[in-house]
Amino acid sequence: MPTDGVHPTEIGGAGEPLVRARGLLKAYASEPVVKGIDFEVRRGECLGFLGPNGAGKTTTINMICCFVEVGSGTLEVFGEPVGGDARSIKRRLGVVSQDNNLDPDLTVIKNLLVYGRYFGLARDRRLARAEELLAFVQLEEKRDAHIRTLSGGMRRRLTLARALISNPELLILDEPSTGLDPQARHVVWQKLRALNRAGVTMLLTTHYMEEAAQLCDRVLIMDEGRIIARGTPAGLIEEHIGAEVIELYSDDPAHADAVAVLEREADHVERAGDEVYGFFRHGDRARALLPTLAEHHFVHRRATLEDVFLRLTGRELRE
Amino acid sequence: MTGVFERLAGACRVWLRNYESWKDFAVASLVGTVAEPLLFFAAMGFGLGRFVDDIQGQPYVAFLAPGLVAATAMNAASFETTFGSFTRMTEQRTYEAIVMTPISVAEVVAGDILWAASKSLLGGAVILAIMAPLGLIQSPLALAVLPLTFGVGIMFGALGMAYTAIAPSYTFFNYFFTLVIGVMFLFSGVFFPLEGLPAWVGWAAWLLPLTHAVTLMRSLTIGTLDASLWGHAIWLAVFTLVVFWLSVRLIRRRLIR
Repeated sequence: MPTDGVHPTEIGGAGEPLVRARGLLKAYASEPVVKGIDFEVRRGECLGFLGPNGAGKTTTINMICCFVEVGSGTLEVFGEPVGGDARSIKRRLGVVSQDNNLDPDLTVIKNLLVYGRYFGLARDRRLARAEELLAFVQLEEKRDAHIRTLSGGMRRRLTLARALISNPELLILDEPSTGLDPQARHVVWQKLRALNRAGVTMLLTTHYMEEAAQLCDRVLIMDEGRIIARGTPAGLIEEHIGAEVIELYSDDPAHADAVAVLEREADHVERAGDEVYGFFRHGDRARALLPTLAEHHFVHRRATLEDVFLRLTGRELRE
Repeated sequence: MTGVFERLAGACRVWLRNYESWKDFAVASLVGTVAEPLLFFAAMGFGLGRFVDDIQGQPYVAFLAPGLVAATAMNAASFETTFGSFTRMTEQRTYEAIVMTPISVAEVVAGDILWAASKSLLGGAVILAIMAPLGLIQSPLALAVLPLTFGVGIMFGALGMAYTAIAPSYTFFNYFFTLVIGVMFLFSGVFFPLEGLPAWVGWAAWLLPLTHAVTLMRSLTIGTLDASLWGHAIWLAVFTLVVFWLSVRLIRRRLIR
C-alpha cells in the first residue's frame, strides 16, 4: 500500500508500464486539444489526471480506450500500439465513462450479462461474476430493476461493476464521482480503493482534488493540453505549496492589519477576490502566527492538492 | 488481423443484445412489423382487388402478395436501422459502450443490420404463412422467398444505417422515409406492374432496389423462373455490398473521432 503517497513501484522500480505515451498529440479541425504529452501508467498504481475542464484529460483517456484516434506521437497500451479495432487491447481494459451509457433497454443484471458477452465470456462464468459484482457494488436488491429507476449513485456503481465484468488489468475511469452526492461519492471511493488494493491498475481523471488525494499514488496535472506537473500528491504539495496555509477574510474589520502580518511572514501570498492566502513552507512558522491573528477572521489549515492545482492552473474560470 | 469467425461472433453478440431488449416488448413490436402489411394486404388485395382484372394471368391478390412481402422486408429493416439504431447511437450511447469492449464498429453495424434483417424475415414469414392457405403460393420455390427476405432486409438495413450515420436528428428521417422508402413502396411494382408504362418509368424503377426484390419474389411465388432473374439477383448483391461497406465507414467516422 502507498505510504505518504510514495508508491512501492517507485521505490522498487517494479510495475512495468501498461500504458506508455510519447509526444502524444490530438487535434480536432486543426485545433490541438492534447499537445504532445509523455506519461506512463505502471502496473499496480492508481494514476490520476487532474485538470480543469477542457484540459484534454478525456481526450487522452479516450485515445487509450481506442475510442479517439491518436493524432500523432506514440501510444502503447499493454505494449501494443493502439489503432485499428485493437481487440486485444480492449479485451484487457475496463472503462467507466463520464456520462451514463448503461443500456436503458435492459435490466441491471442483463446489463452485466450482455456486457460480459461482448467479451466472449461463457454464460455461467458471466452469471457468477455478475452476481459477485452486484454484491460488490451493493446492488443485489436492484438485480431485476430497470436502469431508469436507479439513482445517479446506483448507476455509477453499476457502470463500475460493468467495467469489472471481464476482470480488466487496467481500469479507466473518467470522472468517477462527478455529479454524485457525498455519500455516494465515498462509497465509490471505497470500492476503488478496494480494487486498487486487490491489484487492479487504475487511471482516472478528476477535478476533485480530494478524490485525487484519496485515491491516487501519482497525479499528472494537465492544463490546456499539456502536463504541467507530476508527482505524488504529497510530493506536489511539498514542492509547490509547502506545509500549511492561512486564509484571511475581508469581513474582518482589521483585515488590513492581518494582511500585513501575512505579507511579512508567509513564504508566498496570493489574493483571490476578497480572500488572501498565505502559504508556509514550514508549519511551525504558520502556527507561530496564530496568537498574533487571534482577533482576526482566519482559517489555518494544511496545504492541499487544491492549492497546488490553483497555483499551477490559475484561478480564472474555465469553460 | 481478426478472423472472420471472431467478427461474426462479435456481430452475433450485438444481435443478441437487440434480441434481449426486444423480447420483453415483442408483441408491441410485432404489431408494427406484421400488422401493418396485413392491413394493406386485406384492404388492397381483397377490397381494391375485386375491381381489378387479372394481372400477368394472376388474380390481383396473388400479384400483390409477393410485392408486399418485399415491401414489408424493406419497411421493417428500414425502421430498425434508422429510428432504432439512431437512438442507440445518439441518445442511449449504446454504440459507444459497446465499442469500448472487444467489439468493433463494423461488428456493431453488422449486428444491428442482421437484427433488422431478422425483423424483415419475421414479417415476410408471417405474410407467406397467410398466403399459403389462401392458395396464393403456386410453387415450392416460394420457400426461397424466406432467405431472400432476409437478404432484402440486410440491404435496406444497411441503407438505413448509412442514412442514420449522416442524419443530424430524427427530423431528417422524414426525407428518407418520404423520398426514398415512400417512393420505392409506391413505384417499384408492388401495387401495379411496371410493364406497359412509358419506358422511362421502367428505367427509373430499375434504379430502385425494391423493384428487383419485388420481381424476384413474385417469380418465386408464382414459379416462373428465367435467366433474367440473375440480373436482378446480382444487382441486389452488388448494391447490398456497396451500401454495407458505406454504412460501416460512415458510422465509424461519426463514432470514432
